[in-house]
Amino acid sequence: MEQTKIKELSQIATKIRIGVIESTHAAGAGHPGGSLSIADIMAYLYFEEMNVNPADPKNDDRDRFVLSKGHTAPALYSALALKGFFPFEELKTLRQHDSRLQGHPDMKGIPGVDMTTGSLGLGISAACGMALAGKLNKKDFRVYAILGDGESEEGQVWEASMFANHYGLDNLCVILDYNKLQIDGPVADVIGPAPFEPKLEAFGYNVITIDGHNFEEIEAAFKAARECKGRPTAIVANTVKGKGVSFMENKVNWHGAAPKDPEYAIAMEELNAQIGG
Amino acid sequence: MADKIATREAYGSALVEFADKYDYVVLDADLAEATKTIKFKKAYPDRFFDCGIAEGNMISVAAGLAAAGKMAFASSFAMFAAGRAFEQVRNSVGYPHLNVKIGATHAGITVGEDGATHQCLEDIALMRTIPGMTIINPADAVEARAAVEASMQTYGPFYMRFGRYACPIVTEGYKFELGKGMMLRDGKDVTIVATGYMVHLALEAAEALAAEGIDARVVNIHTIKPLDAEIIIKAAKETGAIVTAEEHNIIGGLGAAVAEVVCENCPVPMLRVGVEDKFGKSGKVQPILEEYGLTAQNIADKARKAVKMK
Repeated sequence: MEQTKIKELSQIATKIRIGVIESTHAAGAGHPGGSLSIADIMAYLYFEEMNVNPADPKNDDRDRFVLSKGHTAPALYSALALKGFFPFEELKTLRQHDSRLQGHPDMKGIPGVDMTTGSLGLGISAACGMALAGKLNKKDFRVYAILGDGESEEGQVWEASMFANHYGLDNLCVILDYNKLQIDGPVADVIGPAPFEPKLEAFGYNVITIDGHNFEEIEAAFKAARECKGRPTAIVANTVKGKGVSFMENKVNWHGAAPKDPEYAIAMEELNAQIGG
Repeated sequence: MADKIATREAYGSALVEFADKYDYVVLDADLAEATKTIKFKKAYPDRFFDCGIAEGNMISVAAGLAAAGKMAFASSFAMFAAGRAFEQVRNSVGYPHLNVKIGATHAGITVGEDGATHQCLEDIALMRTIPGMTIINPADAVEARAAVEASMQTYGPFYMRFGRYACPIVTEGYKFELGKGMMLRDGKDVTIVATGYMVHLALEAAEALAAEGIDARVVNIHTIKPLDAEIIIKAAKETGAIVTAEEHNIIGGLGAAVAEVVCENCPVPMLRVGVEDKFGKSGKVQPILEEYGLTAQNIADKARKAVKMK
């Protein structure tokens, strides 16, 4: 990947993070930690990988995206706004009365949202259904689903994985955001779903492990996923919860807490500096 | 007995019958032989997908299919489709109002031998609480077939409740209209509002009451949601007493839905026949129906009582 491309994607990712901070700060609520951890992957998906068009958000041939870890909606909304599905300023209405931007993604009300999610474990199954529909309708679109590491504790994730493998859904790419933290503490301490790779391999996935903040690795993984035939791909993305905002990184308390004014100011200063750099 | 047929049989047959007319796929969760989706699986193997014993996943997969434009029927026993997968039905299907049709068989206590774990007596109550969910509980095979086609013609989430146990045809010759109750017998003294398996028993009860000089109206409610309030209010006004009959817990089902309409619009004496907040049990169907108070005799008894309360 060319350095200019990496710089461009990094800037988009930082803008996604700015949207996350702006929206959760304005809302006084939301989930910044896990939104920041997927910002780089979201930037790559919406600005390199996926075939989506804000002027035609319901096009039958478009690629689909399912945020199975729906609580990190701020990252999705921010990416959609940057892509042009709705104004960036609207992010500040997150979670507010009469806003389209519901606390968790709502496909009926928000342009660009392909599936309603929020209840963990349900999104990956819906992504399987979409991928199956694509095959039945002989469409070339691909389906991307981002799972949380904590979310993998839901049994339905593995029900869906059996389904995806059994029906050879090679048009499905699952990205596991392995940021190592969930509400009650480190994922390893809560119930310990790791190691992920052998589990995913046993469930039939083409498994690729990457640094979820490295665009060259992200690109290589999505390219390999496209080339894999006959089975779905699972990308285990090692990430940092709260990535990009120093005081949020690897801190479990930023899972579901919004930055207050002083924290907002520091976060914005850091992110704006990253854009400048 | 030859004229008796289980509504699940009609469901499976209807899926095959309409396969060339409407575009849909069928999902099941390892119960195709019992839900009768096996008929569709044999006729249209490329449009049938077994999800294995994973009902929650099946419902959310159906939602994803629908979100990508493919109407999906998802089948299991009522206990698992409405019970185990309730949250998937609510959040994956109901909230985004997707075109998913849930074919739930083995509803009610007439499951018989399998016993309480499989006798779903709360599915109507659960499904009623989901905004935008259409709920159909057909009285017989003729109505079941019509309901399945109506679901194919109407966008949105449907919950269709089918029985394991064969029952007689009582709606032959009637026009099925989604959301409209069906007056099967007119009467002026009391109205029996029945649904599903209880409809033919309501007709038997009305016959018995007629012999005693009680003129009972019988209304078949196949669509429990949206409920035909008009036919119920009219019955309350014209007959002055209502008895409901359902193969379901009396909490949250047809009786509750009818009581809400009657109380808010035209309060009259009203009694409910149904399972009185108990779990079921194993056994042959007829003795179970007797033990749980789900017979024509029970309906007639409540009708006599309701008439006296006027």
